[in-house]
Amino acid sequence: MTDAPLLELRNVWVEYGDKVVLERVNLAIPEGAFISVVGPSGAGKSTFLRLILGQEAPSRGKILLDGAPMRAECGPDRGVVFQRYSVFPHLTVIGNVLFGLECAAAPILGRLFGARRRTALAEADAMLDAVGLSHARDQYPAQLSGGMQQRLALAQALVKHPRVLLLDEPFGALDPGIRVDMHDLVTRLWREHGLTVVMVTHDIAEAFKLGTRVLAFDKRRHDPHAPHRYGATATYDVPLLRKAAAAPDAKSA
Amino acid sequence: MTRLINLRPSRRGRILAGAVPILVLCLVYGVAAALRHADNPADKVLPTVGAMATALWHMGATIDPVTGQVTLLADTLASLTRLGAGLALATLSALVIGLLLGVMPLARAIFGPMIMVIAVIPPIAVLPILFIALGLGEAAKIALIAIGIAPYMTRDLASYVSGLPAEQFIKAETLGANSWAVAIRVALPQMMPRLIESLRLSMGPAWVFLIAAEAIASDVGLGYRIFLVRRYLAMDIILPYVAWISLLAIAADALLQMISRRAFPWARGDAR
Repeated sequence: MTDAPLLELRNVWVEYGDKVVLERVNLAIPEGAFISVVGPSGAGKSTFLRLILGQEAPSRGKILLDGAPMRAECGPDRGVVFQRYSVFPHLTVIGNVLFGLECAAAPILGRLFGARRRTALAEADAMLDAVGLSHARDQYPAQLSGGMQQRLALAQALVKHPRVLLLDEPFGALDPGIRVDMHDLVTRLWREHGLTVVMVTHDIAEAFKLGTRVLAFDKRRHDPHAPHRYGATATYDVPLLRKAAAAPDAKSA
Repeated sequence: MTRLINLRPSRRGRILAGAVPILVLCLVYGVAAALRHADNPADKVLPTVGAMATALWHMGATIDPVTGQVTLLADTLASLTRLGAGLALATLSALVIGLLLGVMPLARAIFGPMIMVIAVIPPIAVLPILFIALGLGEAAKIALIAIGIAPYMTRDLASYVSGLPAEQFIKAETLGANSWAVAIRVALPQMMPRLIESLRLSMGPAWVFLIAAEAIASDVGLGYRIFLVRRYLAMDIILPYVAWISLLAIAADALLQMISRRAFPWARGDAR
């Protein structure tokens, strides 16, 4: 594995008032890993994801991205796909993928013109092709099925080449058949793009099927008189060695 | 047996069902007018349809010798100009301030309370201030319409924008959008259909403020005319004018609805 981890959490705590959500979370995530996060409701899975996303700051401890302290604000180095509302309803499929390219290149107008637009369009079209949405290029999200919307959300995030891709129960609302297709797609994209993925899921089978490492979040201690005083942490950290061997090699990528 | 709440008329049935009460209302008026005129042929309170048609012809198709204009046309033009200017002013300010307040919690904290205070002031109560400050001309009337509806529209839009799913703002940020890009590329387009909806709901109050302003200080306009001829109990002019105003209001509403449907096709189909 690489010398320095891509993402590192050092003794991270999250507290709301006297309610402790996460406590003593110590993790090192190497580049190219596919981390599945499972755990019961209220065990801080989503809080964990919001921490890495930068939507929330830890109340204690440090989060390092590429060895440098991470700012508690979302940025283009972290991509995200939520269970719902991940795509913009007012943009067409191609417009949704183009959005990230336009924001980076045109800070004032938020739109590209001429040759630069053609370059961006070509890149966006290639991304759509990779997730199998080329046929729906000019449709609006409301006209797409749930699975197609999640494909679009993936394409939209990946076109920015994020350092870490965060998936928040991305397939939770999909039919079982569609879900299997999406598993194949995510696995393929992870390999081809050499991604580092952190996925929160309710589905333990899904966690083991996709991940190279499964983290189970739960509370180690429990005070029946004050259940909110103990936070959750990664109680199980299961590396799936068979999968890790097949992981994209970060050094050669 | 089918429950009452499940009875749904067809398209033709709906039009028919909707026309019946209106026709009944017209019929009741006709009978009442005829009865009064049988009693007193000079009755002015409920003019007959014929008398109203004559008055309308007089107002809308003949040139007034004093002003050299067709009265109904001049009134309509003056009123619609004021209404349009007031609505445009209100819409523009609601668009900008609503977007700012909806996107930026900091702006909401600073300006939210002030807009709430302005919104609870009855606009007609500030009309004297407007007349004193802006004179009796067009500016005061336009300002009354704008002040009357802008706070409501602003608050409506701000709450709509801040109610958009947080996921969309986060997603935009992870795609490299700065505050400006989030405002104009994520929030602004999504609030446009709501802006038109808000404008449609504000049309009623806007007419009220227009007619109130015209009634108090004006020399031309639909509201001015109605309040002028009231002195002569000229119901034969007032009633056609009122009908004309409601026709204009219906047309404006239909136009806005059409714009919304044409311009925002993405807002129509709901998610599967």
